[in-house]
Amino acid sequence: MDKMPRWADVFLVPFINLVLAFLVAGLVVLAIGENPLHAIYFMVKGALGSTSGLGYTLYYATNYIFTGLAVAVAFHARLFNIGGEGQAAVAGLGAAIVLLAFDWPHWSLALPFAVLGAGVFGAAWAFIPAYLQAKRGSHIVITTIMFNFIGAALMGYLLNGILKSPHTQNAESLPFPAGAHLPTAHEVLAPLGIAFSKSAPLNISFLLAIACTVLVWFLLWRTRLGYEIRAFGHSESAAKYAGIPAVKITIITMLISGALAGMLSINVVMGEQEHLIKEFVGGAGFVGIAVALMGRSHPLGIVLAALLFGMLTQGGFELLWEMPTISREMVLVIQALIILFTGALNNLVHDPVERIFLRLRKRKS
Amino acid sequence: MSEQSTKTGRQETAAPAIELIGISKAFGPVQANKDISMSVAKGAIHGIVGENGAGKSTLMSILYGFYKADAGEIFVNGVATQIPDSQAAIKAGIGMVHQHFMLVENFTVLENIILGVEDGALIKPSLAKARSVLLELAHEYELEVDPDEIVENLSVGHQQRVEILKALYRQADILILDEPTGVLTPTEAEHLFRILRNLRDQGKTIILITHKLKEIMNATDTVSVMRRGKMTATVKTAETSPPELAELMVGRKVLLQVDKSPPKLGETVLEVSDLRVRNEFGVERLKGISFNVRAGEILGIAGVAGNGQSELLEVLGGICTGTGSIKVHGDELDLTGNHSDGQSRRARGIAHVPEDRQRLGLIMDFMAWENACFGYHHDPKYQKNWLMMDNAAILADAAAKMENFDIRPPNPRLLAQNFSGGNQQKIVLAREIERNPEILLVGQPTRGVDIGAIEFIHKQIVALRDAGKAILLVSVELDEILSLTDRVAVMFDGNIQGERVTAETDEKELGLMMAGASEEAA
Repeated sequence: MDKMPRWADVFLVPFINLVLAFLVAGLVVLAIGENPLHAIYFMVKGALGSTSGLGYTLYYATNYIFTGLAVAVAFHARLFNIGGEGQAAVAGLGAAIVLLAFDWPHWSLALPFAVLGAGVFGAAWAFIPAYLQAKRGSHIVITTIMFNFIGAALMGYLLNGILKSPHTQNAESLPFPAGAHLPTAHEVLAPLGIAFSKSAPLNISFLLAIACTVLVWFLLWRTRLGYEIRAFGHSESAAKYAGIPAVKITIITMLISGALAGMLSINVVMGEQEHLIKEFVGGAGFVGIAVALMGRSHPLGIVLAALLFGMLTQGGFELLWEMPTISREMVLVIQALIILFTGALNNLVHDPVERIFLRLRKRKS
Repeated sequence: MSEQSTKTGRQETAAPAIELIGISKAFGPVQANKDISMSVAKGAIHGIVGENGAGKSTLMSILYGFYKADAGEIFVNGVATQIPDSQAAIKAGIGMVHQHFMLVENFTVLENIILGVEDGALIKPSLAKARSVLLELAHEYELEVDPDEIVENLSVGHQQRVEILKALYRQADILILDEPTGVLTPTEAEHLFRILRNLRDQGKTIILITHKLKEIMNATDTVSVMRRGKMTATVKTAETSPPELAELMVGRKVLLQVDKSPPKLGETVLEVSDLRVRNEFGVERLKGISFNVRAGEILGIAGVAGNGQSELLEVLGGICTGTGSIKVHGDELDLTGNHSDGQSRRARGIAHVPEDRQRLGLIMDFMAWENACFGYHHDPKYQKNWLMMDNAAILADAAAKMENFDIRPPNPRLLAQNFSGGNQQKIVLAREIERNPEILLVGQPTRGVDIGAIEFIHKQIVALRDAGKAILLVSVELDEILSLTDRVAVMFDGNIQGERVTAETDEKELGLMMAGASEEAA
């Protein structure tokens, strides 16, 4: 009743946030003596101006969809899963074990098992914090953050030890069998007569991300488990009244969340690197939090937000290349401003816009 | 009513204590107060009645400086006064006793009294001064309180006296009391009204906000009625009646008495014996209570809030654990929580309308239709297949319930939080009653519910009784207990203080039991 229309909340507010973020970022660029319009031009061109740029943008977006969905599913149960980074890293181990275990004849056979391996390992890494939260009341924000560090240390240890390839000095595993190679966008689109960059890492994991998006929507709004997850998230006391088991919901939700975060390793480890390396998650787990916030924890919103952050990541790299005065830190500042405005400062725009809507409505009535 | 005539005599000579002219206040699109004018005579008890959301509290908050009116003027003793904050209100001689007390619980009574009005940097002289003033006030108005007692050790009635003393110590001539009897036993309430009459006779002016018509009739000289932000009438209390006031409040004729026939008692359905519940801090809140409920009867649980009624409902509803025994049709229920929860209770035919519908009974961020199957969402009729819920069926089911229970607006896609309190309650009641349960647990069915909806809710509960179901009704409203139940058990400090047949008892007897008097004495 006393709220603004949903479309304004979902589209208008993020849009205004974005414009504000770009304005402030523009001021920063101006302050170091560069033209902000040039900067934007290079970013957009870098992200969308070529099939190579587009390929990278969508590749990054794929990662962010996975981690964004992971955060969102947990958030529907009011669980703040900050551990996407670690869950994805450990999931890489699961995928690698599966892929190194056999000489896979074809990717279509390897993919389901790799997904299973990655999902189980990602979920397992989320299970321990979930169990501690459900049974012991240890706060999941603290435990999942700690598990990021433990996960990174574990992967470093394994890649320098038992998993380390004997053929190289680097902390990386043996390459996966050639049969496990996932088709890239170039390979998929070439038979259709569409020329796509050969160098872009975009691969069919993107379709897996879209499938996960639909599945998450289905889970949350069409199944009884999703109903219980949402009810539990909105009101723990009411859930107790209804007899919805808190322990079960907490653990299952975190398992799903961890498995979703783990899918990132399919895109990066199996799809691009084709062998397990250190620190392949590269912060995507944390970007997922911003993506989920901006996407209002709705699958469709997450896809849109992930595309935006994919553009920012790719555009940012391009900006470094084109404008030497802009440093790596500068790009981080710009990206951080966008996260700040769309996530943390959301109410800065939300409340005034809502007030304007209410005033307009009052005048009408 | 002999003071009535002297009062009117005084009114004519002096300017009114409070005069409000054209007060308006809006919160966003909601017009909480619309062009309200009223005048409160000096040395009178002036009641303000109205349903929840009628704008009573907003009006008083404007008078006490919590809100600023969008338009209008305030005159105190004939002088135009600006009241931007509560300090200004106190300066103008206005004191307020809030519904939820504003006391520092671990301070003594004296320390609370002087808080904010200390005379200097050292508190000792202030305390001494307060002590003598307090003695005087106590003597003058029957406001005895031990000045050195820690506030949290006082009973609720005494805490309220401290609030009144606080206002008087700040030299308030005009005292506003917001729903003062909500937490009191009938005896304590009677005492409060005696204090108020004393204060009035000493020339103080009192504004009493309440939703209980009986208190208005009992305690006030004049009464103003509010409906939907407007002041609909101001009448002399002696010249009006509860039905007339109810009609002014609701805007139509209301049945205040519940129409019901004598109960047709069946077999015993619910047997509770030696039931004990400890809260999370290990404090025993139910101390071994026993009772039965038979088919076709309403057992009322009366008592001042916080004497174990909530725990009783929760352990019966499978929300908390306990020891002792609960039998349904002779079968023992699990009380350990290891093999039972809200789901298994529902499976045994126990439906539960919780006391706190917003915290327990509803998901406020869910739409009405999603709430309409809440708790029963495992029912096969709500499932499409092994995986999916049948949203279309749930939606249709919700729409039917909304029609049967006249829930407004009848839009199942509206969020629960956007319904009024009465309609939220009806959503919960419709969900629980339409399951046709063997046992219905109802907690505070009409708390925060409009008079018009109360009538409807009472009818539904009686209809379920007449269908031969066992009903346990917990209410802090004695009137509700007396008019709705067939038998009543009074709870005090985790025990059942006594049990009566409702038709054979009265408010006075129950009131004494609620205050902890033993059964023999009562």
